[in-house]
Amino acid sequence: MSKDQPIVVLSPQETLVTLDTLADRLAQSIARPEKRVVVGIRRGGALVARMLRERLNRLLDHNLPLGFLDISFYRDDLDTVGPNPVVAPTDLEMDLDDKRIILIDDVLFTGRTIRAGLNALFDYGRPERVDLVVLVDRGCRQLPIQPDFAGVVLEAGRNETVKLVESPEGWMVVLKHITKAS
Amino acid sequence: MATAMKANLWNRKHLLSMRDIGRGEILSILDTAASFREVNHRDIKKVPTLRGKTIINLFYENSTRTRTSFELAGKRMSADVINMSVASSSVKKGETLIDTLATLQAMNPDVVVVRHSESGAQEFLARNLNAAIINAGDGRHAHPTQALLDILTIHDHLPIMGREDFQGLKVAICGDILHSRVARSNAQGLATMGAQVRFVGPPTLMPSKVEEAFNVKVFHHMEEGIEGVNVVMMLRLQQERMAKAYIPSVREYFHYWGLTRKRLALASETAIVMHPGPMNRGVEIASEVADDLERSVILEQVANGLAIRMAVLYRLCTPGSRS
Repeated sequence: MSKDQPIVVLSPQETLVTLDTLADRLAQSIARPEKRVVVGIRRGGALVARMLRERLNRLLDHNLPLGFLDISFYRDDLDTVGPNPVVAPTDLEMDLDDKRIILIDDVLFTGRTIRAGLNALFDYGRPERVDLVVLVDRGCRQLPIQPDFAGVVLEAGRNETVKLVESPEGWMVVLKHITKAS
Repeated sequence: MATAMKANLWNRKHLLSMRDIGRGEILSILDTAASFREVNHRDIKKVPTLRGKTIINLFYENSTRTRTSFELAGKRMSADVINMSVASSSVKKGETLIDTLATLQAMNPDVVVVRHSESGAQEFLARNLNAAIINAGDGRHAHPTQALLDILTIHDHLPIMGREDFQGLKVAICGDILHSRVARSNAQGLATMGAQVRFVGPPTLMPSKVEEAFNVKVFHHMEEGIEGVNVVMMLRLQQERMAKAYIPSVREYFHYWGLTRKRLALASETAIVMHPGPMNRGVEIASEVADDLERSVILEQVANGLAIRMAVLYRLCTPGSRS
């Protein structure tokens, strides 16, 4: 296989199974659903948050509040963000004070997105606790941030990208080698 | 908001006029402004986006509203904002624009927001300064952030008008077109979005050959000009013009050109009323129309001005755009 061809980390079927397993583990850790709020980091994390929350609602027989966080204005790398960043509004209508937040992202890489997410979150309230949940922990951390729950853990190099992508069969996770322009 | 339009190619270092701003760029600013509007409505109205950036407000003309709006926009994004009211200080001591340029260069700002009475002053600074330049109004030429905030305000009201976009939307810009940079920038921006723009005003306050230059229809009767329009945008009659021969008297101006409830009834049932402020009540607009919350969106324009200026500052400070 060519080095530039994407490698499937999780097929659409495996992604669904991983989400189910992740939801099971999360549900077991939740004693008081009324204290919980699900927050997805746009854009991939928002998608995973919707899918996980649907499963959690079934497992817990509870309607967990769902919010979305855009971290564009909290990034620490405005100088490298590129000319046309896609910005979407944050949607956190619910009260976060003293709540236990389930903060969700699709792929955990350097930890900078989560750092920005935590900064943003605290501008909306003072949660009692934040649990970090990711579909994939791909390593290469630059900040001391670790997930409380990860669907899959793998060691991808800095010259590789790991992404949640849509296929005709559903959402899947792929790894791709980055060829640097000479 | 404009999620369908993702050719949002904002590839410019400066914002000098609306002349060459494309539809995708405008939609990109509206999208970003929507996110900043959310910031402006929450308890903690501050984000760290422009931390470490320096913005200088260089105002050669007094303008409390626009300057305050830019100042607040920068501060809410954590930038260092410095106000230089040049009109009241250095210029009186003989400092030229070139002198000011050298001073600014030494301060090494990231963005300079400039208002100047001479058309083209911003172009000169843009050519000679490393910073991004935002035109906050120059002479009769341009006021692009006002046009962008007006477009955002109209965009918000499209659903009430039963429309999905600006295509074919009828907008009447009324009053002192001759001296208005707001009219010019709005005509350009709204035309780019697909609206049909009319200029409505007395012949003495209408530039010559304006139809060709701005692709607008010209009306010299208020009733005729606002008939069936979706947006009535009133312009401020500047006090200094009143003393000159442009109009016979303020009372007569209001009689023929003032927006009254009776005249507004000629516009579409869902038409909105706009004004860039500050208003001359009883001169270009009747108080009962200005204060009619069903039709007047003047305060929404002010709120949108802040979000638009935050969006523009954000776009100009993303270095990919500084090519």
